[in-house]
Amino acid sequence: MSTVIAEQAHATSHDGSHDGSHDGSHDGSSTAAHDEKPGIRAGAFGNATGLACRECGHGVELGPFYACPECFGPLEIAYDFPAITREEIEAGPANIWRYKALLPVPTDIEQSPNMEPGFTRLLRANNLGRELGIDTLWVKDDSTNPTNSFKDRVVACALSAAREFHSKVFACPSTGNLANAVAAAGARAGIKTVVFIPSNLEQPKQVNSAVFTESLVAVNGNYDDVNKLASEIAGEEDGWAFVNVNVRPYYAEGSKTLGYEIAEQLGWRLPDQVVIPVASGSQLTKVHKAFQELVTLGLVEDKPYKIYGAQATGCSPVSVAYKAGVDAIRPVKPDTIAKSLAIGNPADGIYVLDICRETGGAVEDITDDEVREGIVLLARTEGIFTETAGGTTVGVLKKLVETGQLDTTLETVVINTGHGLKTLDAVAGSVGPAATIDPSYAAFVATGLA
Amino acid sequence: MSVSVRIPTILRTYTGGESQVTASGGTLAEVLEDLDASYAGIRARILDDNGALRRFVNVYVGNEDVRFLENLETPTPEGTQISVIPAVAGG
Repeated sequence: MSTVIAEQAHATSHDGSHDGSHDGSHDGSSTAAHDEKPGIRAGAFGNATGLACRECGHGVELGPFYACPECFGPLEIAYDFPAITREEIEAGPANIWRYKALLPVPTDIEQSPNMEPGFTRLLRANNLGRELGIDTLWVKDDSTNPTNSFKDRVVACALSAAREFHSKVFACPSTGNLANAVAAAGARAGIKTVVFIPSNLEQPKQVNSAVFTESLVAVNGNYDDVNKLASEIAGEEDGWAFVNVNVRPYYAEGSKTLGYEIAEQLGWRLPDQVVIPVASGSQLTKVHKAFQELVTLGLVEDKPYKIYGAQATGCSPVSVAYKAGVDAIRPVKPDTIAKSLAIGNPADGIYVLDICRETGGAVEDITDDEVREGIVLLARTEGIFTETAGGTTVGVLKKLVETGQLDTTLETVVINTGHGLKTLDAVAGSVGPAATIDPSYAAFVATGLA
Repeated sequence: MSVSVRIPTILRTYTGGESQVTASGGTLAEVLEDLDASYAGIRARILDDNGALRRFVNVYVGNEDVRFLENLETPTPEGTQISVIPAVAGG
């Protein structure tokens, strides 16, 4: 049995479906590089068959290309999946490579040095559920990945693509977590890394990258400025794999593993509701894609589920569009402590709108104070220290309950994407010693804590 | 007024492989019109049928996204650097 899954992919052939005048001219690959590039080995991308434009369906050969040569729309991986069983997946390693048949990676992916991310814990969150009045609540805790955020997943897939494309530099524009993941993965793989961040990024995230790479570049500007610069560099420099620019189709597929794991860890079934933070929106769209693939492949039973997006009010272009009932995203200049979500011009924002509306979910946003409260709430109820993105997600979960947008009787999963040690400053002013005392028993009793 | 325009890889078939070309015009709309006179068809790849910027294209005048400026009416003084960049990157 063979199952073809390609989102809105009508064509996977590079030939015959357009006038041919743009052959070899996709972004990230100059004409010269295209002519001279080393060959791609058989099976380099597993069951992937090509790239297809999510907007117009135009097909493009597998390569370091990300924008449709016809309409500039996003290219996505098209696959021809064989039959895959739960048992085959369960026999795999306790990391994302147990799902390698569903990713654009070779069958020997485990043999190449990589960070082996994923298969993070899915924790039953009874205390937080009780606090919020949700009957069945789970936290998918991706803060336990090798560099303490979900970004290790996507970077592992991008690294495989970079390796197969014989890239000489592994690079990214980043709000912080991605920089950490790229710098570490590149070090382990022995490939040169160059990572670009906004110069005002939290200091721990800067150190967490700089420790792994000599080439951390702080750019004067916000993330969208850094992203613009990276896109220009990707168009000029041959042999550079920008994980979230010219190899973005491969990179983004890594987020599907969050969806696969949630379903497998629930006993091969889909949850009723999932709350996911939204920066570019890629992760949310890929969790949805993962659920759809599992249904199509017969690995889980088909059932309705709702997907909710979480943003900070200081950077909420998707939430604003959702609430206004419009399809277009108006870019914003971010102003929020949730820097890992501070993308003012989100590439996948329109698809987040589509998915949240189609599934009956919503997109909601909360203030920076509510983000801080969300961090402390998760920590004090479940012993999980999340960064500002997770504070945003937990805070939005709370708001969704309070506003009646989320059904508290349905099984709900909230995704924690990163570790709180990366954004200590966010809550440093909110939590601290309850008392400072001399080392005497009397002084302790006087605090009232006995 | 002469300005520099950075061309994305996708559109370099129109410019003979050149990544940077010069054009003239006092606004972005005029620059795109002049660009199209030199490289026939390139404007229709950047603008949609209604003459607005395509959804998946970002255009920068200097380092600023024109959606934060005056879109196609954004002034383009002598020597301005304009960049046309696919929008689907990042995250």
